[in-house]
Amino acid sequence: MIPAFDDPFAALFSLQKALDARLASDWLQDATASRGPFPPINVFQQGDDILAVIELPGVDKKKLSMEAKENTIRISGTKESNYPEEASVHRRERAFGQFDRTISIPITLDPDKIKAEYRNGILALFLPRAESDKPRSIKIA
Amino acid sequence: MSPQELQVQQKQELERKEERTVPARTYIPTADIYETADALRIDLEMPGVDKSNVDVRVEDSVLTVDGKLDFSQYQGLQPLYTEYNIGHYSRSFRLSTKIDQGKIGAGMKDGVLSLTLPKVEHAKPKAIKVT
Repeated sequence: MIPAFDDPFAALFSLQKALDARLASDWLQDATASRGPFPPINVFQQGDDILAVIELPGVDKKKLSMEAKENTIRISGTKESNYPEEASVHRRERAFGQFDRTISIPITLDPDKIKAEYRNGILALFLPRAESDKPRSIKIA
Repeated sequence: MSPQELQVQQKQELERKEERTVPARTYIPTADIYETADALRIDLEMPGVDKSNVDVRVEDSVLTVDGKLDFSQYQGLQPLYTEYNIGHYSRSFRLSTKIDQGKIGAGMKDGVLSLTLPKVEHAKPKAIKVT
């Protein structure tokens, strides 16, 4: 057998696609298996905490705002083009406009400890689990 | 939903004639091409690619852009929910003779690579005065 290369997304993707196909068909929709509004998001688990990675190429850091409340995160902002006025466009594939998205996380967050990092068009949100939400081991007396 | 609201754009996977030896996905970066009086500008979206991992070269009048993604940041992470896949980026453009191939400039900001392709002197627009 040829060992498959390590792709942590592939298995999850095909499962999600299969589930999506059951729930709704893509009839007359331009999207394929994607769900949810802009921006696309990947959520990872890192020990007790959650790491959300969001693709936002070309968005100015100053035009990006985030709000956290209990177990929801709101990301909003504007993606603006910076083309000179006199430019004549040959090809336009990139999309510009406003976005506003709220995601809920299945754990209670500690809003004071949330860290956000925006680098190379990727927004990484470190979402620590609230101390009160962490499981506790109970000893039998 | 307002007409200005952004929609998610699906990534298009690059299909090559030859097979790759490196086991990773490669996507076509979305591009905008526009022209100013003295140059052609190409903006390519390559989120997650650091500027040190971008390779821009011109060979036989073909401009090739390669952006390598650093997968090490994703190591040890357990995916819970995913909406997009990640991979390298690659795209090529055939240049016309009106581009000064020796003076191509490149800059990277917020995951967007901007290439400036200056026009050769005789291709720049000239205003003609009526006397």
